[in-house]
Amino acid sequence: MEIRSPQFKANVREALGNEHLQEALGKVRTGFTGKRAIARAGLPEFDELRDQARDIKNHTFSHLDLYYDMYEERVRDAGGHVHWAGDASDAREIIAEICQRHDARSVTKGKSMIAEEVALNGHLEELGMEVVETDLGEYIIQIRNEPPSHIIAPAVHLTKAQVEQSFRELHTDLPPERNLDEAASLVNEARHVLRQKYIDADIGITGANFLVAETGTSIIVTNEGNGDLTQTLPKVHIVLTSLEKMVPTLEDVSTILRVLARSATGQEYSSYTTFSTGPRRPQDPDGPEEYHVVILDNGRSGMLGTEFQDMLRCIRCGACMNHCPVYHTVGGHSYGWVYPGPMGSVLTPTLVGVDKAGHLPNASTFCGRCEAVCPMRIPLPKMMRHWREREFERHLSPRTVRWALRAWAWVARRPALYHLTASCAARVLRIAALGRGRIKQLPLAGNWTDHRDLPAPRGQTFQEMWRAGGDE
Amino acid sequence: MTDTPKVGLFVTCLVDLFRPNVGWAAVKLLRDAGCEVDVPRKQTCCGQPAYNSGDRADTREIAKGVISAFEPYDYVVAPSGSCGGMIARHYAELFDEGSDWRARAEVLGAKTHELISFLVDIRGMKSVDTEFGGTVTYHDSCSGLRELGIKEQPRALLASVRGLELKEMEDAEVCCGFGGTFCVKYPDISNQMVERKAGTASATQPDMLLAGDLGCLMNMAGKLKRQGSGVQARHVAEVLAGLTDEPPIGEAD
Repeated sequence: MEIRSPQFKANVREALGNEHLQEALGKVRTGFTGKRAIARAGLPEFDELRDQARDIKNHTFSHLDLYYDMYEERVRDAGGHVHWAGDASDAREIIAEICQRHDARSVTKGKSMIAEEVALNGHLEELGMEVVETDLGEYIIQIRNEPPSHIIAPAVHLTKAQVEQSFRELHTDLPPERNLDEAASLVNEARHVLRQKYIDADIGITGANFLVAETGTSIIVTNEGNGDLTQTLPKVHIVLTSLEKMVPTLEDVSTILRVLARSATGQEYSSYTTFSTGPRRPQDPDGPEEYHVVILDNGRSGMLGTEFQDMLRCIRCGACMNHCPVYHTVGGHSYGWVYPGPMGSVLTPTLVGVDKAGHLPNASTFCGRCEAVCPMRIPLPKMMRHWREREFERHLSPRTVRWALRAWAWVARRPALYHLTASCAARVLRIAALGRGRIKQLPLAGNWTDHRDLPAPRGQTFQEMWRAGGDE
Repeated sequence: MTDTPKVGLFVTCLVDLFRPNVGWAAVKLLRDAGCEVDVPRKQTCCGQPAYNSGDRADTREIAKGVISAFEPYDYVVAPSGSCGGMIARHYAELFDEGSDWRARAEVLGAKTHELISFLVDIRGMKSVDTEFGGTVTYHDSCSGLRELGIKEQPRALLASVRGLELKEMEDAEVCCGFGGTFCVKYPDISNQMVERKAGTASATQPDMLLAGDLGCLMNMAGKLKRQGSGVQARHVAEVLAGLTDEPPIGEAD
């Protein structure tokens, strides 16, 4: 996927002028947050579960080699195959090779952010395969040829009317007079169109929310049931996932599941939680003949042992973006790559380089709402600050900003000079206000005064008044 | 510690430059709460602009200045959750574990408080003896709310102000878009955020918008004034101290 993160500011301008997007974002602001709040309030031990979930992942990362040894052995025992992909192109090639070995012409896919990360669809299509997204949101953005704008609701940037229009343009074999006013009618139409695709598919590809070491199981969490059809009907099931999805035991999974859906959609549990362990066994009524797990690294192992390790705890619930006032304003596409919102602002610089994604960790007010709702207690603002430190050290921040900052800091370390400067500023700005109490336009402060007035100082600083004995 | 603790008032750079009245309000409230107040001359800024811009070295030097200036006091109190949070929650992590400065930062952090939470939680203040005729709405500034747990304390004291009616706005806990340097680094995003905040605040039709951080207040008041709104803005301490002779934020004399 093309990285558009360097053009963040241009992306933002476009997003702010997009009426459909702004209308769609209105629902994110209220819908997700309200539902999560109710679900959280209904579970008194929620914060304790967050602590446990955090500890499970921290423990796993301390013994990751051990758990992967166990996991690989269990997968092999169950008749499955584990493949390691160092980077995106490795992942694409491993999957293409499996598909080609089976002469695959049609591939169905459950929602997988890792597939977005490695740009899988385009690669398989170039090799002549038809790739069909079966998650409704993913299907919508696939037919519109757009990237996802959210990690659990990929089409959340669209209004219902836009989806209806796309369906009418694509599904021309259906009666034009059909009613598509309701969300349910859109779902039914997608279901109808997709049904045959499941049956015709040679390969089914899903992601994984968890890999379980003790059983060699991969788990997906879905609401539409599309994942189950995708992975059980074709003769080959490929799980494409990334290395931080490991947990030691099924007991651990059940702990994390209790915070996952509540944080994501406000559900106690998602409609489907599907466990896959190896291919179909002789006594099984259905299931794939082959079962492959492709585990992507793509820079993640390099985060272990660094100040960014905590980010690997992320379970992709989307709560951080659902609660982020910046995401609410600019939408997911502005972030310019696969992962938007606060989690993307930490992860994207790791995966594509802070030189390209440098805007992302800066475009935050550090309001802390993301960290407050994160089920895995990831200190997102702190890690965004770490990225800013890396940028500052590597002189990636704009030179004017650096100079202004250094100059200000130089003065701030010299109280006498600082107070003199402040006193002068208090007088000058008071005069500039022309008796109105506020300033409408100020040279060098256009980024403030273009949008709002600057309340003017009163003419004297507090320090001056205090020293003058103003309190007596 | 004596019954009359010595409080070093951390004025904050914005209050010092833009709104000394908040400083006087803090002094009055602290004295009402039985504290002796001093204003160390050797303070400037808490260092957040450098800290949040990734400039750790300068932040560390500024922090050393603050630590040295405020160590002699029983408490450090700031009329800002943001600056208070910086000293209380972030100073220690600027220094290596086990270092002398780390220990000094931790000691200072433990005795640093935001003004209103200090009055209520530490000094046990339950009411103020003042009046204010009108309806107000209160914005929860992010750092105070999420780093320091300031939510009920200002509301408890406001409830004791004679004649004051508090009408809660929708999304009072959502960021106003100030974010320190954020508002000038990403002015388009900040503008949309503060527009939304001005909208939710105005929707309660208050006479006055209150908050506990001058940065947020200048942002919100600046937007309200630009919109030609009649809603006025003050720091909550000004109302609690009864120091409302000074014109509201951004208003002419």
